[in-house]
Amino acid sequence: MDLLEYQGKQLFATHGIAVPSGEVATTVDGAAEAAERIGYPCAIKAQVLIGGRGKAGGIKIAADREEARVHSDAILGMDIRGPRGEGPFRVDRVWIEGGSEIASEYYASVILDRGEKKLLAMVSAKGGMDIEAVAEEDPEALVKRHIDPSLPFDAAAARPIVDDAGLDEDVREEAAAVLAKLAEVAMAEDATLIEVNPLIVTAGREVVALDAKVTIDNNALYRHEELAAIDAESVEDPQEAMAREKGLTYVKLDGNVGILANGAGLCMSTLDVVAQAGGAPANFLDAGGGSKAEAIVDALTVISSDDKVSAILFNIFGGITRCDEIAKGIVEASAQLDLQLPLVVRLDGTNSEQGLEILAGADLPNLHQEKTMLGAAQKVVELADGTPAADAGASE
Amino acid sequence: MSIVVGNDTRLVVSGLTGREGSFHGLRNRAYGTDLVAGVTPGKGGQDVEGVPIFDSIEASVQEAGANTSMIFVPARFAATAIDEAIESGVQTVIAITEGIPVLDMLKTYWKAKEAGVRLIGPNCPGVLSPGKANVGIIPAQFFDPGKIGVVSKSGTLTYQIGNELKQAGEGNSSIVGIGGDPIVGSDFIDVLTLYEADLETELIVMVGEIGGDAEERAAEFIATEISKPVVAYIAGFTAPPGKQMGHAGAIISGSSGTAQAKKEALEAKGVRVGESPTETARIAVETLRG
Repeated sequence: MDLLEYQGKQLFATHGIAVPSGEVATTVDGAAEAAERIGYPCAIKAQVLIGGRGKAGGIKIAADREEARVHSDAILGMDIRGPRGEGPFRVDRVWIEGGSEIASEYYASVILDRGEKKLLAMVSAKGGMDIEAVAEEDPEALVKRHIDPSLPFDAAAARPIVDDAGLDEDVREEAAAVLAKLAEVAMAEDATLIEVNPLIVTAGREVVALDAKVTIDNNALYRHEELAAIDAESVEDPQEAMAREKGLTYVKLDGNVGILANGAGLCMSTLDVVAQAGGAPANFLDAGGGSKAEAIVDALTVISSDDKVSAILFNIFGGITRCDEIAKGIVEASAQLDLQLPLVVRLDGTNSEQGLEILAGADLPNLHQEKTMLGAAQKVVELADGTPAADAGASE
Repeated sequence: MSIVVGNDTRLVVSGLTGREGSFHGLRNRAYGTDLVAGVTPGKGGQDVEGVPIFDSIEASVQEAGANTSMIFVPARFAATAIDEAIESGVQTVIAITEGIPVLDMLKTYWKAKEAGVRLIGPNCPGVLSPGKANVGIIPAQFFDPGKIGVVSKSGTLTYQIGNELKQAGEGNSSIVGIGGDPIVGSDFIDVLTLYEADLETELIVMVGEIGGDAEERAAEFIATEISKPVVAYIAGFTAPPGKQMGHAGAIISGSSGTAQAKKEALEAKGVRVGESPTETARIAVETLRG
């Protein structure tokens, strides 16, 4: 789970890291009132889970109440795309914070290095810009050190990193303390990524986190009540929200081919094979191991509620999952949902013969059976693209 | 020969008195695995279908001669259970549990390293050596004994490829599911090393997916350390960045961890990468038969 900037800053503040004070607002009136309380100049910042907000016009400085209104009106409701085409992300809230007088901009982060199985601390004196670009153009400007899991990582342990990064001498002690605290946040809050860009030095020589990018390990949310609450209310599209409610692993994509497979790897592979066949997957949905009929009904409900979907592919290789259970689920779901969309089914593995018999016995008019994964992918693409868009939403 | 599990495996299952643990533990026994003990604190002295239950893994090592531990306990308690297994005296720990906090695994990983214990998983289907032993949830009926070693981040995708190999008349020395979490006890490199030394294995199929850089590291390693042919498959070419695709570790972060980058890294070192599970199995069979 990723935190929005202000949620990250609030988390930092609980660990004693200096952040600008501010308020969150979801309306223009709310933003203007917050700006009045905070004073001018103040920054009005779109709260979306993507970088490059500034370039997209999602961060503005307001000098007075009128500007606070104009800027928040422009930013709220805006759609922001990420630098790699991610999104769009709709802005439903802004963070208003007091303007900072910036003397220097640094970069600091603590991330989980999966390959080395250690936390990695990184510091650069070149903050405030795309750090991947800095690392490419001037690798020595980004100092990286792994944190020894058997030793405490305090300000003294963080100091050599700050020294090597060549930060201004007078703020090194404070910067080292901030870096140690970022590692503390990672360990205490189960964060796998904490990035501060920029970490600024103010005119008063204070070290302040001006941005916050935080990723929390979903598997650890059970021991962080407040973070779990943020996760529960985080903005999602309607299908993702419905899937979450039903306990399904679902990711919405852009295409028109609905997909259900069992197992994360097989499901990813199914998306790829559909794309190779010239189709565009509408979603990722892992029905999981040991899927029962009821889960299939839920899955089909979610997939078919996406208006873009014009055909659905079931790709099942039964291991623990039994194909006869899947077939029963398909028959039940077809009856319950009055599903008009073409359904391509490929069942292989445990009890596949019984499953195929159940499907044949049900005699569903819009069901197509295929023996192989590749054959099924080709068939579903053909059906998805041949179906007039007007018929696509018939299942609702 | 085979790797990780085989005729010498003496299995202890943590959670054998639970629903999942007993289902799969007894299934493994029915396959021929030497299931010597179960562990449930407070239930020592009882038995599950003739398998003695101990209060601790250590007791099962001392009294029943267990050398391999399978962890089936719920995620919140699993890291502690793995730690207990690491300290118990078993040589191999296979953790099936999904959903363990990654920073807990970070600590557990280093404990296993320091103790010299082989840890497989977590969030994996286990290890099958066809005809010898099955530890975990891999459905053995799709695999025959043979010359192809498989190492994979994904369960069902492995069954798919294994079944295609079987239909083509080929079998496996072992099938190792390393798991789909960001931190796993054994990476591709660790398992490739075992296959390289295994006399029965003549070809290795490696099944990767988006996220992390284990495939890229494996590519470097294969170039210098592996003499046997390796055929790979990577899942997730259509995965969007920043979205977790089922597995906790299957996520593209920024521009790193993409399927394309992994494919290119492997191909640059001469590893053939199949476009689909079917093509991967076909390339493996062709390569094996020269």
